[in-house]
Amino acid sequence: MLNQLIDIVIYILLAIGVFFNILAGIGLLRFPDVYTRLHAGTKCTTFGSIFLCGSVILYGLRMWILGNVDGSIWVIHTGIALVAILLTNPTGAHALARAAHRSGVKPVGAVIDELENKPTKKSANKMEAKK
Amino acid sequence: MVAFVVTALVCFITYLLLTIGSANNASFLNLWMWSIEEIIFGLVLSILVGIVARKVFIKKSLRMLNPVRWLKFIGYMIGPFFIGMAKANFDVAYRVITGKINPGIVKISPNLKTDLGVTMLANSITLTPGTLTVDIDENTNDLYIHWINVKKEALDKMPVDCKFICGKFDKHVRGIAE
Repeated sequence: MLNQLIDIVIYILLAIGVFFNILAGIGLLRFPDVYTRLHAGTKCTTFGSIFLCGSVILYGLRMWILGNVDGSIWVIHTGIALVAILLTNPTGAHALARAAHRSGVKPVGAVIDELENKPTKKSANKMEAKK
Repeated sequence: MVAFVVTALVCFITYLLLTIGSANNASFLNLWMWSIEEIIFGLVLSILVGIVARKVFIKKSLRMLNPVRWLKFIGYMIGPFFIGMAKANFDVAYRVITGKINPGIVKISPNLKTDLGVTMLANSITLTPGTLTVDIDENTNDLYIHWINVKKEALDKMPVDCKFICGKFDKHVRGIAE
């Protein structure tokens, strides 16, 4: 009985995770420019991956409690992978957005762009070279 | 010396976590979940890494050793951060389906002093509703944020007030990292 209940919870977690990852995919297709696409690509995949990892952790925990030591490997390794995703996903998005802005991609339909006026190291060097 | 011990210890714990379940049933040289070979090799490796990387891992102060900060960090991750993230996802879902966007890049000054604090705040901002960290001013620790739905009232004051973007995150982060 409890076994089946845990199975149902695992399926629900999987469904939530897949739903948010699909949403990220649709967002990538529908949004107009790189920044808004990064919004969809970062937030939804991170949130979806939490639930996917959660289902694997639950499955491993049940194995572990029922006496199969291999379950511990599933639990700990998926947990570490989750921490790595949480750390690297926003950092990677930040790097992509920064690179896009430095190579001159303007946000589509922007109301305001305060970063435009920020002197970058490259342009400062060019100014000095001109002088 | 303290930096070396802390680095080696963190390294060793990570190694133990990654090699959990390596105990061999046929052999009697087991320490609970680990085989003795893995533990010896992990010790050697973590001492080596501790010698090499002690100045990279620990910059100046040891304030992150305080367990109260860890508890605060875990509380922050489970509580406000997770709720913010759930909201962010429904927000993005709404914008994916309706296509209503009003984007812009604004500058905020959270006045954080440490690298760790700025990293944590920037990552939190990226994962919470409608905002994405684009660039950082390394001298003043100002953040440039791509905002998917710019509010009119936020633009009255320059630079934009921190509370529109990060809510209460900056206070939490200040409590953890400073």
